[in-house]
Amino acid sequence: MAIIVVDVMLKPEILDPQGNAVAAALPRLGFTFAKSVRQGKRFEIEVEGDPTPAQLAEVEKAAERLLSNPVIETYCVRVEN
Amino acid sequence: MRVGVITFPGTLDDRDAARAVNLSGAQAVSLWHAEADLKAVDAVILPGGFSYGDYLRCGAISRFAPVMELVIEAAGKGMPVLGICNGFQVLCESHLLPGALTRNSDLHFLCRDVEIEITNNETVWTTSFTQGEKITIPLKNGEGSFQCDDETLAQLEDQGRVIARYVGNNPNGSRNLIAGITNERGNVVGLMPHPEHAINELTGPSAQGLGFFTSILQAMVK
Amino acid sequence: MALDTVALAKASPESEQPFAELGLKPDEYARIKEILGRRPTSSELAMYSVMWSEHCSYKSSKVHLKQFGDKAPQSDALLVGIGENAGVVDVGQGYAVTFKIESHNHPSFVEPYQGAATGVGGIVRDILTMGARPVAIMDSLRFGPPDAPDTRRVLPGIVAGVGGYGNCLGLPNIGGEVSFDSSYAGNPLVNALCVGVMKHADIKLAKAAGAGNLVVLFGAKTGGDGIGGVSVLASETFGTSGATKRPSVQVGDPFVEKTLIECSLEIFAEDLVVGIQDLGGAGLSCATSELASGGSGGMKVALDRVPLRDLSLSPEEILMSESQERMCAIVEPEKLPRFLEICAKWDVTVTAIGEVTDGERLEITWNGELIVDVPPRTVAHDGPVYNRPIAQPAYIGEINSKRVDLPIPSNGEQIKAAVLKLAAAPNLADKSWVTSQYDKYVQGNTIQSHPDDSGMVRIDEKTHLGVAISTDANANWSYLNPYQGAKLALAEAARNIATAGARPLAVTNCLNFGSPEDPGVMWQFAETVRGLADGCLEMGLPVTGGNVSFYNQTGSVAILPTPVIGVLGVIQDVRTRTPMSFKTSGLDLYLLGDTYEDLAGSEWAFLHGVRVGQTPKADLAREMRLIELLLDGHKNAIFSAAHDLSQGGLSAGLTEMVLRYGVGAVITLENVGVALLSESPGRVITAIDPSMSQAVEALAVKYAITLTKIGSSGGESLIINGCDISLDELRTAHTSTFPALFG
Repeated sequence: MAIIVVDVMLKPEILDPQGNAVAAALPRLGFTFAKSVRQGKRFEIEVEGDPTPAQLAEVEKAAERLLSNPVIETYCVRVEN
Repeated sequence: MRVGVITFPGTLDDRDAARAVNLSGAQAVSLWHAEADLKAVDAVILPGGFSYGDYLRCGAISRFAPVMELVIEAAGKGMPVLGICNGFQVLCESHLLPGALTRNSDLHFLCRDVEIEITNNETVWTTSFTQGEKITIPLKNGEGSFQCDDETLAQLEDQGRVIARYVGNNPNGSRNLIAGITNERGNVVGLMPHPEHAINELTGPSAQGLGFFTSILQAMVK
Repeated sequence: MALDTVALAKASPESEQPFAELGLKPDEYARIKEILGRRPTSSELAMYSVMWSEHCSYKSSKVHLKQFGDKAPQSDALLVGIGENAGVVDVGQGYAVTFKIESHNHPSFVEPYQGAATGVGGIVRDILTMGARPVAIMDSLRFGPPDAPDTRRVLPGIVAGVGGYGNCLGLPNIGGEVSFDSSYAGNPLVNALCVGVMKHADIKLAKAAGAGNLVVLFGAKTGGDGIGGVSVLASETFGTSGATKRPSVQVGDPFVEKTLIECSLEIFAEDLVVGIQDLGGAGLSCATSELASGGSGGMKVALDRVPLRDLSLSPEEILMSESQERMCAIVEPEKLPRFLEICAKWDVTVTAIGEVTDGERLEITWNGELIVDVPPRTVAHDGPVYNRPIAQPAYIGEINSKRVDLPIPSNGEQIKAAVLKLAAAPNLADKSWVTSQYDKYVQGNTIQSHPDDSGMVRIDEKTHLGVAISTDANANWSYLNPYQGAKLALAEAARNIATAGARPLAVTNCLNFGSPEDPGVMWQFAETVRGLADGCLEMGLPVTGGNVSFYNQTGSVAILPTPVIGVLGVIQDVRTRTPMSFKTSGLDLYLLGDTYEDLAGSEWAFLHGVRVGQTPKADLAREMRLIELLLDGHKNAIFSAAHDLSQGGLSAGLTEMVLRYGVGAVITLENVGVALLSESPGRVITAIDPSMSQAVEALAVKYAITLTKIGSSGGESLIINGCDISLDELRTAHTSTFPALFG
């Protein structure tokens, strides 16, 4: 069994209000390490056995069509065992 | 009788909560999130809204506001605290109340009048109601689905700490139709629907929400 | 990338510039050179191109919109008219109300959620800029066919965006419209209205007066939002490799806007600004040039002081960025410390970027080098003006001469089928699926909202003074006859607030049309403006402002001409408002107004795919008598309920009334089919206690309005000429459509 992980992030040039709010809150709690914060989404897709290249290609398609909004977001597909 | 109403950046229903407090006969006192000062209030309301935009998680950032440190301390000593909607979420994030509020089951923001049943009229915020009284007040939120683990749920039910339940259809997927809960001591109450928007029939569906505000007045006068 | 300075522009007059890519015509470019006496710098070119665009300069519509001024009725109520960010109306007791409606159509098609959200954000800032606290919003939405796949993408996104932004700002949504037509399939319409309240003394204007006063930018940092066009400058003129890709989508942050609103209102309350302008379309280009030309004319700005979200932005891009949630204020130096304190309280970023001068030039520097040196009026107000060719399209003569041929129900079975069909038609069906995603309660002053005839908010808790607003458009009528269509929409909006007992005071409009380069579209536009201006003059209602949106097309086909008209009115005591329906049995139901065979452009015709014939002719004198009748009846507490009739005629009107509070009605009609389906304008259903029958008859005589008793309230059915439709069946038909379509 493997998990295909899809990370979806706002494109770098798109304003990220959620990340900004977190970045502003961190120093208030004494955490001063962050130069900036961006918040994204992570999907974990469970599949039987090792994913085939064809399966990964399908996930890529799904990531583009459903999991992300290509107008404002990018995605990245990887496999975790 | 002074009731504090906290304003966080992004709080929306603070003026409405203050109006309800004043109408019930108490005096509303405005509290600012960044000031570590409770201004000698006898009780505190955390009103609805989208504090800090509700980014990260609803209520997650407000929980660390300077004024909240004092509220958490005072609540531990028995001060009455009512969290409405976003305020309920802040109370959960502060661990003054168990569980969490998650996205509505149909994933939409929902603004609708709902009927709720008062299932515990012994907290300081619910004494004006009769046990089992049904009232109609507005519900308006995107993340109002009350969730907790089975053990916590059993505890809440066994100890009679569910103070209000939705009647009829479940509007948001809350476990056991829970609309509001209290802590063990009964001084801290979280409520998802908005009693401050039901203080007269001109601007709300009923005047039945006033009971929460008259309750606290009675409790403090005693 | 080399910085294009004024000095460089003087030294290199022949340098080629990509003016065409920026949307400027050769003669427009030549005019800029003539104004400046040299070629513009790339920053100046950026400013002129964006400020002289159709969107900002109204170059195709200006010659027509002039009529709103030329034909303006005498009105004591108007405090600030067209030209400022929004018009302001006196509503009595020292209160002033400002309201405006604006389109955000194209962005909402590209990215429905953010497009709609930033549309709400923009109109709210326009209202805030006048010095007012925003108190309510409305949204008028139009989509392609409800069952089209793209509508299922666009509609839920737009509705969530309007709600997501408005709810987070704490503004009640008190009404609007949702309707469908195939012409909007590739071009949905998102028109958002905001209303704000202030005291007379608190009105703020966009002017930069007083040499030495500071130009202060506050709110969100500037990013690369909405500057797709200007990257031409960076890439082509200066050949920079790897310029970052600029997003064409603007992302809104309602939380920042909410803090900006509260922060601004505190600043206004302490009288800390001389002038103020929000940053919307054309961003800093617009704000600096409008503020400067609104004042004495001189301003110096150090552009490198603008706080950036994206440090790679060039000066040209900073000038054109449409990043949301920003404001620009003119502040006296001694008041700056307090200004900064309030911003710090609300965690709002604030920077003084320049100062007002006693010169006549807008001078902008970048790290000390002069990159813009222009007379600000030439940027903000002296843009090109076009008298575009106008020609009545061929379709008009063709469809106007055709007869409307539709099946008209006559027996019980047909009546029932027609009433249920209209109740369930997407254009008329219950819109709760949409409106339940909007907070209507916040602020605690909402008196009326969906599905009432108009939205109404209380503006004073002690005196109970309130305002009511309605937005209306009838694109079917405007298509058949744009002149009449505009007048009829105006009359309907005014009637919709008068039914509650509010007196109409002022008008705003959002004119949505196809390409102005098409003479047929331009004719529709010109006829619409003429109709609206004539109508406003006849009804004595001033136009306080508005918005024009051109280039709304699905492929090569223009949308139906869609002028959305908003009318605002005042009610002295909101507690006395006339509700839209009855809560008790035994009331007499009367129809006010005349019914003719007006089926052209009706919903019944639309449902049968028929779009021919002639619209009714607007009789605005009669409309005004009807409004006076409604106000008189309201004042004397004669009506138990009053409801406007419009799309769907009496059938839809009765459906809405009986379902509002679940009390049925028994109705008897002559010529029942036409009576139910006709959309003759100027009609209202009223419910009155039988003891008031003489009073209502006297009113009808006094105002010369036809009065017909059509039945009475009561029961659990709508019964029309003996045909019994249970409320349950009617409710199911009315409420199932949207959930079935959109989940």
